[in-house]
This record gives sequence, C-alpha cells and structure tokens, in this order.
Amino acid sequence: MTQHTLSDFDDAQEQVGMSTAAYARVLTMGIFFGVVLVKSEVVRWQRIHDMFLFKEPHMYLIIGTAVVVGMISMLIIKRFEVKTVEGDPIVYQPKPFNPGVIIGGTIFGLGWAITGACPGPIYAQIGAGEWPAILTFIGAMAGMYLYGYLRPKLPH
Amino acid sequence: MFNAILQPWPWWLSGILIGLMVPGMYLLSGKGFGISSSLRHIGSACTPNSGIAYIRENDWRANLWNIVFIVGIALGGFVANFFLSAAPVEFLPASYYSLGGFIQLLLGGVLVGFGTRYAGGCTSGHAINGISNLNWPSMVATAFFFVGGLIATWGLGSLLF
Repeated sequence: MTQHTLSDFDDAQEQVGMSTAAYARVLTMGIFFGVVLVKSEVVRWQRIHDMFLFKEPHMYLIIGTAVVVGMISMLIIKRFEVKTVEGDPIVYQPKPFNPGVIIGGTIFGLGWAITGACPGPIYAQIGAGEWPAILTFIGAMAGMYLYGYLRPKLPH
Repeated sequence: MFNAILQPWPWWLSGILIGLMVPGMYLLSGKGFGISSSLRHIGSACTPNSGIAYIRENDWRANLWNIVFIVGIALGGFVANFFLSAAPVEFLPASYYSLGGFIQLLLGGVLVGFGTRYAGGCTSGHAINGISNLNWPSMVATAFFFVGGLIATWGLGSLLF
C-alpha cells in the first residue's frame, strides 16, 4: 500500500496479490455464493420489496440465520485460533464508525429498495442474463465515482 | 433430491449457506467476506489515472481477489438460473422493462454505489460479516440500510412502485 491515508477504509489490504490456487478458491466461493443468491431468491426484487413491506419473513429469516451461523463460526475460529488453508492467522479488520455509516447507509438502503439489489445480487442478476441489471451496475459505478469525487468534502 | 434443488431453496438452508460464506472466505482466502469494494477496484483497474484520488490511489491489484470473487458470483448466477432452476427466475418485475424502469435502475444504482462506498460496506461486508464479528458500526450501518429501504418503500412507494 502506498496510500496510508486511505488505509483506515475497508478496501486497504496489506499484501499484494495471491497465489493462483488462492484465486481459484475465491472464484469457487464466488460461484457458490452466486448459486446461493439465486436459489435463495435473495436476488429477486419482489423479495426485497416484500421484506420492506413486512409482508413476508423470508429475507429476515435468511439474514438472521446467516448472521447466527457467521457469528458461531467466528467464535469457533477465535476460540480455537483456526488458521487459513495456507496457515495464516484469521483476523477480522473492523470497519470504523464515521458519519458515512449513517448517511451512506441510508442512501444505500434507498437504492436497495429501488433496484431490489445490493451489490452481490447485481452481479448474480447480470450473470443470470437479467440484462437491465447492467443499468443498475452502471449506476453503481457512477455512484462510486461520485463518492470518490465528493469524498474530500463529505464528513468522515 | 435433484428436483428439490431445482426449486427455490428454503430460508434455513439459504441462511446457513450464506452464513458459511463468512468462515469460508477466511479459511480459503484469508479475506473478509465483502462485495461492494469491488466497485472501487473495477474503477481503479479501468481508470488508473483518474483525477479522483479515491480511484487513482487504490492498489486494485492487491485487491484483485475481490474482482475474481464477483466474476464468480456472476458465473454462479448463470449456473443457478440456467441449470439449477425448474423455471426461469423472475428477477425484476415486468414493469422495470420500460424507460421509467430503466431510469429507476440507473438512479437506484447510483444510490447503491454511492451509499455502500460512503458507508464502507454493504449487506455482505457490514450486515453479514460485520455483525458476525460483533462490529458495532456494522450494526449501525445495517440499521440505516433498513431506514433507507423503509423510506423508499413506504415514503416514495406510491411514486416509484
């Protein structure tokens, strides 16, 4: 990393690149997650809409279960100091609090309800051939650029 | 058995499998489960000389795994829709196949991209991975994801949907 001023944000990673085998494992995890996103119907606009309307518990049950499973997994990893397959320690890098968590979080929520997609499902929708999702992706890229442009002026 | 796979999966199985992404990513790659930073890395890879410091001063090569991950998600979406579904999945309602719908997706997408980057994460990085690690800012972020979603759905609902 050359830019230390950005290192308190989530994108910063210390080492450069990965082994080919590690990339293959990441790709496999991505394929697995893409399948789960579609088969769980988390990628459907209607499911997101019905979640915000409190019409059905489907999404709440999925997110709740996922968090419980994730939490128990992390407790086990920490308790037994489980290592990665390459033998490295597993360390969670906490995302910091700043006003962006509230302002940005609310703005993302608006977009989530309108498009019916958070970032993961955007990619899954495109892969599944739902071509209007390309517009969601183009918008998201524009939003990312807009954030980068306004970042020096925004409260952090 | 295979017929059951072709149907939508039940919430408990879906929840367990999504939750397992958290330890899965750590064990297999040493990386925290997260997706929205891919937007930034794609931007840095495509416009390395951007006038925007946030884009230019970002080592996307060090974060290439994140782009590999989202390519996998797209492949998984393809496989699930065309090989693992009894009927085609209806992702967006028919009403989105219109000029108004396209504008909504585009503008909604801007909010997703801006919001997730400003918040420092999305549903995966904050809501799933962050809360799994008891990171309180992630809990606040998740609460405000829902505040935004409820405002759009209940407040602007009659205008949008």
